[in-house]
Amino acid sequence: MKRRDFFKKSVGAGLATGAALSMGGYDKLWASSPLVSAARYDMVAVMGGNPDAMFDLGIQELGGISTFVKKGQKVLIKPNIGWDVIPEMAANTNPFLVKRIIEHCFKAGAKEVYVFDHTLDNWVNSYKNSGIERAAKSAGAKVVPANSESYYHQIEIPGGVKLQSAKVHQLLLETDVFINVPVLKNHESTKMTCCLKNTMGIVWDRKYWHSNNLNQCIADYALFEKKPALNVIDCYNVMVKHGPQGVSKEDVVQMKSQILTTDWVAGDAAAAKMLGLPVEKVEYISIAHKMGLGNINLDSMNIKRIKM
Amino acid sequence: MRSPVLKRIRVVISTLVFICFFLLFVDIRSILPANYSDIVLFLQFVPSLLRFHDLGTLAAAGFLIVLLITLFTGRTYCSFFCPLGIGQDLFSRIGGRIRRKFRRYGYKKPFTIIRYSILAITLIFTMIWGIFMLTLLDPYSIFGRFMTYFAKPAVLVLNNFAAGILGKFDVYTLSNIPVKGYPLISYSIPAFFFILVGILSLTKGRLYCNMICPVGTLLGLLSKVSLFRLKFDKKACTRCGRCALGCKSSCIDFLKHDIDVSRCVDCFNCINICNEKAISYGLVNLKKRNHETDESKRKFVAGSIMLMLGLPHISYGQEKKAPKPKKESTVREEKSCPVCPPGGGGIEDFSKDCTACSLCISACPNGVLQPALTQYGLAGMMQPVMDYHKGFCAYNCTVCIDVCPTNALRPMVLEAKKLTQIGKAIFIKDNCIVKTEKTACGACSESCPTKAVHMIPYEGNLVIPEVTDNICIGCGHCENSCPTVPYKAIFVNGNPVHLAARKPENVESEIKTPVDFPF
Repeated sequence: MKRRDFFKKSVGAGLATGAALSMGGYDKLWASSPLVSAARYDMVAVMGGNPDAMFDLGIQELGGISTFVKKGQKVLIKPNIGWDVIPEMAANTNPFLVKRIIEHCFKAGAKEVYVFDHTLDNWVNSYKNSGIERAAKSAGAKVVPANSESYYHQIEIPGGVKLQSAKVHQLLLETDVFINVPVLKNHESTKMTCCLKNTMGIVWDRKYWHSNNLNQCIADYALFEKKPALNVIDCYNVMVKHGPQGVSKEDVVQMKSQILTTDWVAGDAAAAKMLGLPVEKVEYISIAHKMGLGNINLDSMNIKRIKM
Repeated sequence: MRSPVLKRIRVVISTLVFICFFLLFVDIRSILPANYSDIVLFLQFVPSLLRFHDLGTLAAAGFLIVLLITLFTGRTYCSFFCPLGIGQDLFSRIGGRIRRKFRRYGYKKPFTIIRYSILAITLIFTMIWGIFMLTLLDPYSIFGRFMTYFAKPAVLVLNNFAAGILGKFDVYTLSNIPVKGYPLISYSIPAFFFILVGILSLTKGRLYCNMICPVGTLLGLLSKVSLFRLKFDKKACTRCGRCALGCKSSCIDFLKHDIDVSRCVDCFNCINICNEKAISYGLVNLKKRNHETDESKRKFVAGSIMLMLGLPHISYGQEKKAPKPKKESTVREEKSCPVCPPGGGGIEDFSKDCTACSLCISACPNGVLQPALTQYGLAGMMQPVMDYHKGFCAYNCTVCIDVCPTNALRPMVLEAKKLTQIGKAIFIKDNCIVKTEKTACGACSESCPTKAVHMIPYEGNLVIPEVTDNICIGCGHCENSCPTVPYKAIFVNGNPVHLAARKPENVESEIKTPVDFPF
């Protein structure tokens, strides 16, 4: 075989392998169904400690992370890493919290923990400057890119009013457990961003949401069957104005709080109160409640409140 | 010296230089340190000359070193440090592999009229009309465009292929980086030169450098008075002609024992080819050299250098065709003025110094820099322009400023860049989702790093954008994220001359640290 022929053949073989790999189906991914919670409380709210310490306490009240993560499972942790800013600006989820959750997951026997966000700013810098990449990697998680459409897969959302389909990150589909870890922030347009709105970092085409009734789309997405097993709301430093990006530290108030809940609509309702917002002012929360996606009547819920 | 080591040194240095340049342009993961580009680009003749004119500091005096090197050693620059030259040597080798005939050069007469005309036209054109001819013919910029428009996309495709396979095995050390193309027409200039330089170097060695390249011609003139040269040992020479056949510059007339120094690029191949060791590199016989010098040629060389140094000064006085703002329109996003990158100072200021090497376009992590078509006028073709439909200018980023080799983008610290207004956002209410659909949106305000774009009460529970333009810096994040098609509801109109933006003011919030849960 001539050298030239060898190259030609090896390149051909390589291309064929790549093509075959990229055509693999996603059928097997639907083996596991969303978790039905067996937690003791609907919601645990903690105040007064550091993000990691508050999580330790809160998750203990919910029966430990093993209530949600079983041995050998793959876990997706979805923080907010949307912006290229330092942790003190509180535009992204607190890196210590993310790290602590990962550690708990591995302790419970998780096979693999993944972290990603579809960032608004440059993803490399956002991952880096948020401190989340380093924190997550040091705890053993895989920090995964979400910057290219090639990572996303089309899914259907039956019953969606405005949003009937979307492209979601493949790892949402490939993992067994989805833990939603938003940071509570003011948002100038939707008033607030937290659990439900954090899902905008799972999908590829956000512009569709913005141009097709944003509030309705946010609620519609919550219909998708891969729901979070647990929501951990970071209210340690809270951006109370100029959200969701913030201009300076004057926008941030230290609230030293954390909310853990299996009901993300309830989580958003509680978070709205932390910002001093009447729940009905945040349109997507009311829509989600009316669509039966969760409960905004906090009084009827079993809530454990802890002060450290 | 007739040692084969000379050629080996040349091959090692030029390979290193080429790899350094390749990495500079295809640094797809932005891992190179910030001062890497300064070091690699220090000796590049045209960028250094332009930078020196702007800054006047010795840190930008690389071209002076090149001139000195040329005075001592001849056109070693062309073989050792010019990425386009090294790339051509690579092509010549490939050409030789394809057909042996391509590697049998033989002596040819110089294209004297053509090469000196091109040099003269480039000088005169640059002095009178601006930088366009340099943009076209500066060898470093030509190389830069090859890298930006062909090499980097190819590397990205390979990277994405590898990232795809690794991803299947749950490894994410490589990430998929979307390949964003440029306007089709902007490939025409690099493609034309790629074909021209490619064919010439595949079949004719360094003919491009000795016929067209103005830097090659200028250094060739200078090397006519260089101290070190290649020379014949007439006694040892058997006139076999192998040296002439192997000379990429076709500059060895072995019958007359003459080597045309103005075309010789000091590749030292002839030393190694000669079985009789009849060619050596060494100090020229000074007596003899005086005999051969021609006063008029010397004057021309001196004159050319003076002109090169003085040229940017002269060009200051010239009228520029930079576009001036027209009347502003409302519904359609009609930019009356393009947005030029921060550090440029203004369109006129910027476009007179930029040779469109495209390094900034390659290096921009957000892909906002695109080659201009006619935005800066025809003479500014290929120079970088901000395209907010493709990307936005990251608030915390000064990469383009850091890498610019010609000082067209002047050094600026991040804090200063954050307060440099390169354009202003203009809101078109009639296009806005909030007005047309009566639903919430706020994508623009969400993205705004200074909150120059903020939301104010509209109908009912709705809020609608408003722009405070004295704190807007024109980064274009709002325009980039605005979801309306085909026309955006908010866009950035460039400032012909960059202005200072006010620092956004901020006050403590009324919301205080809670003492108890509000639920």
